[in-house]
Amino acid sequence: MTDASAKIVEHVEIGAGYRRLVLDAPEMASELTPGQFVHVRVPTLEASALRRPFSVFDADDGKVIILYKMVGRGTAALNLVKTGDTVNVLGPLGHGFPTDCRGTALLVGGGYGIAPLHFLAKALKASGHDSVEVFIGGRTSNDLLAVDRFRALGVSVHLATNDGSEGVKGLVIDPLDDVLAGLREAGRAFELFACGPDPMLKAVALRATGTGSRGWISMDRHMICGVGACYACIQKTVRGNSRCCIEGPVFRAEDLVWE
Amino acid sequence: MIDIGVNLGGLKMATPVATASGTFGYGFEYAGAIDYSKIGAVTAKGIRMDPWPGNPMPRHSEVFGGLVNAIGLQGTGIDHFLDITVPHYMEQVKPAPPMIVNIWGGSVEEYAEVARRLTEAAATKECSAIAAIECNVSCPNVKEGGHTFGQDPEVLRTLVSAVREKTSLPLIVKLAPNVPDIRLYVKACEYGGADALSLINTIPAMVIDIERRKPVLANRTGGLSGRCVHPVAVKLVYDAHKSTKLPILAMGGIYEPEDAIELLLAGATAVAVGTATFSDPSTAGRVCDGIVAYCERHGFSSVSEVTGALVE
Repeated sequence: MTDASAKIVEHVEIGAGYRRLVLDAPEMASELTPGQFVHVRVPTLEASALRRPFSVFDADDGKVIILYKMVGRGTAALNLVKTGDTVNVLGPLGHGFPTDCRGTALLVGGGYGIAPLHFLAKALKASGHDSVEVFIGGRTSNDLLAVDRFRALGVSVHLATNDGSEGVKGLVIDPLDDVLAGLREAGRAFELFACGPDPMLKAVALRATGTGSRGWISMDRHMICGVGACYACIQKTVRGNSRCCIEGPVFRAEDLVWE
Repeated sequence: MIDIGVNLGGLKMATPVATASGTFGYGFEYAGAIDYSKIGAVTAKGIRMDPWPGNPMPRHSEVFGGLVNAIGLQGTGIDHFLDITVPHYMEQVKPAPPMIVNIWGGSVEEYAEVARRLTEAAATKECSAIAAIECNVSCPNVKEGGHTFGQDPEVLRTLVSAVREKTSLPLIVKLAPNVPDIRLYVKACEYGGADALSLINTIPAMVIDIERRKPVLANRTGGLSGRCVHPVAVKLVYDAHKSTKLPILAMGGIYEPEDAIELLLAGATAVAVGTATFSDPSTAGRVCDGIVAYCERHGFSSVSEVTGALVE
């Protein structure tokens, strides 16, 4: 873990309210593993403002890539940061996804939650794991991010939108259930990996719990310190109140306690 | 060379800058990310006898110029702290700055027993980093503990005496800012046998989500910290210092060296960085450097000369 200043080499809009931020951070890029996050000090916020945590879309070739959506004061301020500016980045932080997947890897994401799943898909493919299926959901086709990037990795991509503007009309869980049914029928092993809104995560977690298949759920909680020091980002687990930033953000599906 | 060492009621600190309880975990969490050599002491998160789950989520809300939190003193209890946490701190951070252990409890007896256990452990090699006790009588976020003991000077004196009886470690008492006259509490600590005071804890506060018409924090209310509380801390340290010879560990909105120097001039012997660590983990080191530069610029040969050097 380091707290280093990183130069922004690209910062562009990639669709309705979503942006991609590329940081030149060679040390961080080489250390990051899929599912970990970085804690960014947003220079366009007042100096006393808290950092903002972001999961990592890709870490390669000395660059760390973040996808984010403007959802609040922090991301609205980050939006004003320009290419060539520097930001302080603390990381890599947290426990990410394991990459020793047994059977078909089923990656399920919603909105900007697909970010760490891209990094994971890339790592799985790089390690020779061929059977990877990605399920991307969103309210409309505008919320389906990086579909081309996933396809370029050579993974199967399943899409779902609430309004039916692209892919299956409905929830991302629907195409997932179809594929799960096929895998179960064929008696094939699988593991689930998910990142996105809470209801989606819960649905995925329930499909892993008690099935003998492993599920890995990336939780998104408001954080303060990012390193396990403040105990603000609590996720209830079978072990009690766990810290999302250090015991997570990726938890085993069966360890999560849903409220 | 400026002498930057300070003596906080028997706690010898190599630099005048500590970290504040609740903002620095158990000392080791920032290992690798910051330079510990400029930290005079770390303060561990509040410890009581048994594990404590803390408050429900959400536990914090960012506000302009600060942070409102109601973590609720989540912790693993004294056994785990002594068996695992302190030895781990000493392994992860080398050399490990002395550790001030913040304690709390549901009764006078519990405070005293935690203090006894800490004192016993401090004599062992594995827990030798334990160097002082900070009695938390001012956490606004836990109904049962803390605050109850800090609002009545007579109760406070009884508590401090009971803890004093069980420990030979430097005993610091962390006081609440929201009292009508801080001097009554300062005197209670003096009579109880405290070695030093900590000022200030967070200020009771509340944030409301106007769309949902609900408090943002699950605990409904919390404690305000961060840049905005700094002038409040300066006033309380000033008032406390005028009424006592007890050394003061001052905290409250220290983001820059200038913030710390104000508190030293108001009467603090040492300072602690809290909420600022979250945005910049190296704040304590930066503040330490700035204090040294100030001493050089103003002809002070030691940091302790700055204590109370306010010109009135």
